[in-house]
Amino acid sequence: MTFIGGDGMAIQVLLVEDSPGDVRLTKEAFREANGSIVLHVASDGVEAMAFLRQEGAHAKAPRPDLILLDLNLPKMDGREVLAHIKDDQSLKTIPTVILTTSEAEGDILKSYQLQANCYLSKPVQLASFDALVKSINDFWLIKAKLPQQKENS
Amino acid sequence: MKRAAKILLLVEDSPGDVRLTREAFRSAKGVTQLHVASDGVEAMAFLRREGQNRDAPRPDLILLDLNMPKMDGRQVLSLIKADNDLKTIPTVILTTSEAEADVARSYELQANCYLCKPVELDAFESLVNSIYDYWFVKTRLPYREQV
Repeated sequence: MTFIGGDGMAIQVLLVEDSPGDVRLTKEAFREANGSIVLHVASDGVEAMAFLRQEGAHAKAPRPDLILLDLNLPKMDGREVLAHIKDDQSLKTIPTVILTTSEAEGDILKSYQLQANCYLSKPVQLASFDALVKSINDFWLIKAKLPQQKENS
Repeated sequence: MKRAAKILLLVEDSPGDVRLTREAFRSAKGVTQLHVASDGVEAMAFLRREGQNRDAPRPDLILLDLNMPKMDGRQVLSLIKADNDLKTIPTVILTTSEAEADVARSYELQANCYLCKPVELDAFESLVNSIYDYWFVKTRLPYREQV
């Protein structure tokens, strides 16, 4: 099995999510799916951008291999975060997957226009949610080839 | 969640790979309507409904090879992502190239995802199953207006 980097390096995932319940469920589901994942959490858009830009308390933050981004967030919402990421020459290559409860066609279209790599609806059922996290792991962290980390911070 | 058959545009110049991909999608769980363009020029004509492609449907997903005659995959990808209408179609690179430069360049050009074609047949079929499950079952795609 080849993981990112190929050397059994930890996989860095940034989850941008304001609901503590959803954070906990996602953490548990990823722990179950793949032991090599280090899941970082930002609970609003401002914190997510500080993490990605390694500002303030996040000066030592690693560059994520994958970003899971909720749309409806306090302070700065997911659409704005997505626009900032895809507008940044360095950050735009990080696959950014929308993971939200919104099923509105308008949100889906807008996210793809802003060049989200993929749009997923959070299922309400717990078993479906676990299955979705397994799919994310299988597709993005095992099957897909991601840009290589330039250095290990 | 499953509606009509999903429409897939495969941009691939190797007839062998086209056949394997077709067979693998046929044995995947749901129905896929597969269209093939064998070079970049043909792919753009299909997407823009030019010439013989006047009635071409809008694909739900594009699988794009990188190394192709006439116009290569990198060029096709930049044209798709520079077009306000076409850029919302998820475009997944499916290629034998494992070169880091190709991977990085593809994500820079806003490919939705980069996949390496495995040489082993079983691994290839398993990859096609994953593509089907991930993009056509799990993922929410932009609403496609009926042609």
